[in-house]
Amino acid sequence: MTELSQQEQASMDDASQQYLTFIMASEEYGVDILSVQEIRGWEATTVIPNSPSHVKGVINLRGTIVPIIDLRQRFGIETLEYGATTVVIVVKVAMSDEHKVIGIVVDAVSDVFSVNDADVRDAPDFGDDTNLGFIKGLTNAADKMVILLDINMLLGSEILPEASQLSNLINNIDAQQPQAVNA
Amino acid sequence: MKRILAVDDSASMRQMVGFTLKTAGFDVTEASNGDEALKVAQKGEYDLVISDVNMPVMDGLTLIRNLRTLPAYKFTPLLMLTTESGTDKKQEGRSAGATGWIVKPFNPDQLLATVRKVLG
Amino acid sequence: MEIDLSQFSQVFFEESLEGLESMESELLKLDVNEPEDESINTIFRAAHSIKGGSATFGFTQVANYTHLLETLLDEIRDGRRQMTGEHQDMLLLSVDLLRNMIDALMRKTDFDDPLLSQLEKRFTAELEGDSKDVSGDDATQADTKQTPDEQLWHIDFQAGIDILRCGNDPLLMFTELRQLGELTVKLDEASYPDFVDIDPEACYLSWHLELITEQKIERLKEVFEWVEDECTIHYSSSAIDTGETRELQGDSESAQASPVPESTQASTSTSDSLPAEVVKPKIVSQAKSPEGGSIRVSIEKIDLLINMVGELVITQAMLGQIGQQDEIDEESLLSMKQGLEQLASHTRDLQESVMQIRMLPISFAFNRFPRLVRDIGQQLGKKVDLILKGEDTELDKTVMEKIVDPMVHLVRNSLDHGLETPEIRASKGKPETGSITLNAFHQGGNIIIEIIDDGAGLDTDRILQKARDKGLVADDEELSTEAIHQLIFKAGFSTADAVSDLSGRGVGMDVVRRNINELNGTIELKSTQDKGSRFTIRLPLTLAILDGQLVRIGHHTYVVPLVSIHESLQVEPQRINRISENHELVRLRDEYLPVIKVFQEFGHEADAVEIKDGLVMVVDSNNEKIGLLVDELLSQQQVVIKSLEDNYNKVPGVSGATILGDGTVALIIDISGLVSLAGITNTNEHAA
Repeated sequence: MTELSQQEQASMDDASQQYLTFIMASEEYGVDILSVQEIRGWEATTVIPNSPSHVKGVINLRGTIVPIIDLRQRFGIETLEYGATTVVIVVKVAMSDEHKVIGIVVDAVSDVFSVNDADVRDAPDFGDDTNLGFIKGLTNAADKMVILLDINMLLGSEILPEASQLSNLINNIDAQQPQAVNA
Repeated sequence: MKRILAVDDSASMRQMVGFTLKTAGFDVTEASNGDEALKVAQKGEYDLVISDVNMPVMDGLTLIRNLRTLPAYKFTPLLMLTTESGTDKKQEGRSAGATGWIVKPFNPDQLLATVRKVLG
Repeated sequence: MEIDLSQFSQVFFEESLEGLESMESELLKLDVNEPEDESINTIFRAAHSIKGGSATFGFTQVANYTHLLETLLDEIRDGRRQMTGEHQDMLLLSVDLLRNMIDALMRKTDFDDPLLSQLEKRFTAELEGDSKDVSGDDATQADTKQTPDEQLWHIDFQAGIDILRCGNDPLLMFTELRQLGELTVKLDEASYPDFVDIDPEACYLSWHLELITEQKIERLKEVFEWVEDECTIHYSSSAIDTGETRELQGDSESAQASPVPESTQASTSTSDSLPAEVVKPKIVSQAKSPEGGSIRVSIEKIDLLINMVGELVITQAMLGQIGQQDEIDEESLLSMKQGLEQLASHTRDLQESVMQIRMLPISFAFNRFPRLVRDIGQQLGKKVDLILKGEDTELDKTVMEKIVDPMVHLVRNSLDHGLETPEIRASKGKPETGSITLNAFHQGGNIIIEIIDDGAGLDTDRILQKARDKGLVADDEELSTEAIHQLIFKAGFSTADAVSDLSGRGVGMDVVRRNINELNGTIELKSTQDKGSRFTIRLPLTLAILDGQLVRIGHHTYVVPLVSIHESLQVEPQRINRISENHELVRLRDEYLPVIKVFQEFGHEADAVEIKDGLVMVVDSNNEKIGLLVDELLSQQQVVIKSLEDNYNKVPGVSGATILGDGTVALIIDISGLVSLAGITNTNEHAA
């Protein structure tokens, strides 16, 4: 856990948010730490009949039934085998007047970073109709580009971006990777 | 701390009166009819009784009449809560021994002002 | 200080709705010719309470309207007015109106019903007829010159002799005066009686008070308003510098501090035969509190719970002790087993007690029917006796709230289609007055509600014809009586010729059955022509818990509601008939049942791919039998129903989930959902 001057500065600023970052298919993503309820290992789920392939099933989380979604499959990336190191991030997704608790399977959890609003830039526009609402923006942390996700848009809305488009998007963002922003 | 006994068969009234007076620092006990109130009054010592007039089992005026026969409550302020403000109702109240009345609807400030008036 | 009253308004709403219920039941019981005093008083108090509360909370519309009711009721209970049948009707209509008004307040919507002004006119017309003007004190203010400047007031105050006995204290009155300005108090010594004559509890004294204040005389009079009738008070004022004095009336009534409700206004409307024109208020569903509201619980139930939790704590402590030991020997093992048994038993007891808390007697649901039956009976010109049995039978509050609408529909059906008019009944040799019985009782883990009428029963010929007309049944098809009865549950079916307001909309019986199924319940029908009909509703006692049969399909465990299961059996190949690629039937005694291959519908693997290799579970689905193909029957147990929709979505074929003893999640099968998934519609197919 390296400390960055950017991070130090950010944590002293008002206009910053903390993000939990995780890795998926070599990309680094971040979600607002306030929406993260807990982090668990993978456990066997109960399959839901006729559900999309990225919905792995449901688990019992201290008495509540929580669905588990494989984010790789959601993004149209091939899935990995689940094992002892597989991680599930349990998030609270805001719906109209309440919230849902959903678990997402990721490759690994990275770190918690404070990100200053000023250091977040918009995702590049690709000109097509892809709905990018679920990407809050891009930032840099520890010399890596982090794609900040709006978890409510990603998991909460009915109209989710097409899985294959998502992976294209991510690839495109990667291809356009800009230089690291200086603090 | 002054102790007040609030009597009304309406729970929402009791709540409102109780809340207003407790917030102002009084010790408030509630009863839902005259009979209950009489029993409660006998067990404790109250500095003021505020009672609705129309209640089942024992109405407010009968309660006041009964309280006045108790040595402990001979001179205690006893207020009527009433929607009726005609002269005959006033006289009925006075004959029963009521100190005064609060006319419904009242707002919390009016209630507090009146309570302070009789408790000093 | 700012005190927010809105937090108490919920209690006021609940209270008012309860008050309206007691008003209604008293009004219904009332014998107009000889009304009981206690009844009238109860009705009066309810109206009075609602008026007071609504005024306090600022609900002026309700307050103003209830004031009219209260005035009328006051006159009746005082004997100044005779109660009439019309009063009874007006009051009953008012109950409906007020319910709607309060409902609108609860939902924070606007209230707009022509009935309000209609009834207001009726009441006003009635009241102004021969009653005295019931106006309160119109403040007649003694004319005073407004002097914004300070004045010197001289007040001669002679106390009434008994004021102390009423708890009034001159000292406190003077203290109040002191807050208005500069006060000087002088005792009039002449007022002192001789010592021997003194009654220590009487007040003999007089004072002369001087007050310098900006306040007007009305404010000064307020200080003495409670005792003014018994005391002699004389006011005079002088401007401070001129010394000019002005005498004023001493005993005129002081202005009231709070506004007085206006007297009933003179109205020029003539009392027409309004009953014919009266718009029936739309009866808003009588939700006593919005779903998820509150519930009253008896203290005994709470104490019982507290005791049980206490027992649980003791058992847990005991087990905890054993658990802390470094070594578990035989003795501790035995104690632990005993402890675990106790734990199981206490947990069961606790569970039962907790569920008890949500239980309310079904009388809450039954109590709207006397009114309903009276009104509709009158409307249809039918004479009906309503018999209520088993009103103390308890059931879950939410289940009760949801079963009311279906029950209302069934009773309306009985009134409309079931019971005949007095003439027809007479011609059939039946008593002119028909009867409808509502009966509730517990059976097994369920509550049974019966709706029985002694009317005409189901007209099987007419029903069959209608079904044929609608194409639901083939013209040459013969159906048993029971099968014809089941037709009424089909969507869009209705035998009413005209769309009457009541039950002829054809929205009916299928919705009723669906509502009941959603509660994990069932509805059955028995009917005999000319004798009557009986609808039997079976409901689980609670929505949260289900008696389930665990089954295995492949390596998945599912739960099937026990109440829906008839039997399970292995089927030999010769009793299986294949209709088409995906439809197979099984012959069970003299019936043919479609079989659903659950694993196929759910998209996973199973041990038994063919019917002959597995077990067929015969279950109820909307009063029809179907078979479910499973691999193995596991245990039967009570399961707690957990929602799948809270965090995920509705899943077709699945009604919820539960957590098994090993902590894993098992899905609960929704049989009718599964049937829809499988695309099974008509179950009356016969194999060629």
